[in-house]
Amino acid sequence: MDMTPAQAITDEEREELRRHGILLTSIEELYNWGRSHSVWPLQFGLACCAIEMIAASMARFDIARFGSEVFRPSPRQADLLIVSGTVTKKMAPQVVRLWNQMAEPKYCIAMGACAISGGPFKRGYNVLKGIDRFIPVDIYIPGCPPRPEALLHGLVELQKKISGQAISGPDAPRHLRKDLACEFPVPEFGEHDLDPPHNPTVWQPPEVPKGDSPA
Amino acid sequence: MIEPLDQLTARLAARFPGADVTLLQNPGASAQHSLVLGNGIARAIAEFLRDDGALKLDYCSNVSGVDWPDKVIVETTKASTPDPAGGPDKVTEVKTERVQPGYLEAVYHLFSVELRHGPLVIRTRTRNRSDQVTLPSFTPVWRSAEFQEREVFDLFGVVFAGHPDLRRILMWDGFKDHPMRKDYVEPEDNEWEPTPHGDLLAKVKKPDPAPSSPSPPEGAKP
Ligand code: SF4
Repeated sequence: MDMTPAQAITDEEREELRRHGILLTSIEELYNWGRSHSVWPLQFGLACCAIEMIAASMARFDIARFGSEVFRPSPRQADLLIVSGTVTKKMAPQVVRLWNQMAEPKYCIAMGACAISGGPFKRGYNVLKGIDRFIPVDIYIPGCPPRPEALLHGLVELQKKISGQAISGPDAPRHLRKDLACEFPVPEFGEHDLDPPHNPTVWQPPEVPKGDSPA
Repeated sequence: MIEPLDQLTARLAARFPGADVTLLQNPGASAQHSLVLGNGIARAIAEFLRDDGALKLDYCSNVSGVDWPDKVIVETTKASTPDPAGGPDKVTEVKTERVQPGYLEAVYHLFSVELRHGPLVIRTRTRNRSDQVTLPSFTPVWRSAEFQEREVFDLFGVVFAGHPDLRRILMWDGFKDHPMRKDYVEPEDNEWEPTPHGDLLAKVKKPDPAPSSPSPPEGAKP
């Protein structure tokens, strides 16, 4: 950011130039602008929430307005994993594997109560209590199911997040740094549960207050 | 209409002498009575129910599993001892506890598409819940039972003898428990909820956190 010419003038001056047809920008801004407006989701649905995701891609809601209409059938070509629905423990390793197969930069949206926490099936024996136990989630969209507008809102929030990312330095995202892993361990099927039941580098169980009932 | 079940039971008793067929009355408003079949003869009776001209139960719509855990029954008997002083008899109550052993049950709902009647409900029961959990499979009689018997095997641990492809269907192959059994212990992966209640509240109040790898529930066999 320090040496870009955009720093040398104020935002008002930049706007003034823009009004006269002169575009002054920084590499970072241009790079993030391009990335944030062509987020290609993976064509992948898990349960009822996927129906809302499909509705969002159709003419009435038209996710194409935000540059994300290109649902890719291959994780190699996708930038965004929309975890749209219930993740059963039997499916969880496959979801992590798909995430690992996606090329960086990649983003994850947890859509709906199930993907966030297990939702209505939280106390069930075969439902993962949130996909953030295994992969890092960028945007959480609550709802059961969230309406397509909510998904579009989540996408816009993701675009804002991408636009605000630095392209160098310690705040740079995962894909621009060498010290952060881009692959996440795939859980195994254990005898009683997934093994491990969560990825400790991504998620830690909250402190459970013991003793008296919590206030 | 299916003939009344007591008539059918009598007919089965005549056709299969010595067969173990019990009519189980349902005292509820639905009055959906059922037949409990002995394990040895159940397959032959099932074929009879399918092929008999008056029944033609050609369609098995549903297979359910039921877990009946051991039940403690308290019986109270009254004993009266005469009062030597000539007063009224002294009545003492004696409580005896008896454990009714549990079992696993498979329930089948049968219909006839051809004669348009049903359902006829038949049940088979295992000896216990631990090591004698084999029941005859009805998949060779009604093909539609195949996946549902696999589900009962998966979730309850009933072993269906004669099933062509008895594998788990919902849980993965290496899974050891049977989650629909009453004594199933779920893995300790519930994080704290803002409003814990019921048994989760009891867990939250427990002073020591449970080990992360739970021990297998008692009575559950792979
Ligand atoms: S959050 Fe609700 S709508 Fe979405 S997958 Fe779960 S149950 Fe279905």
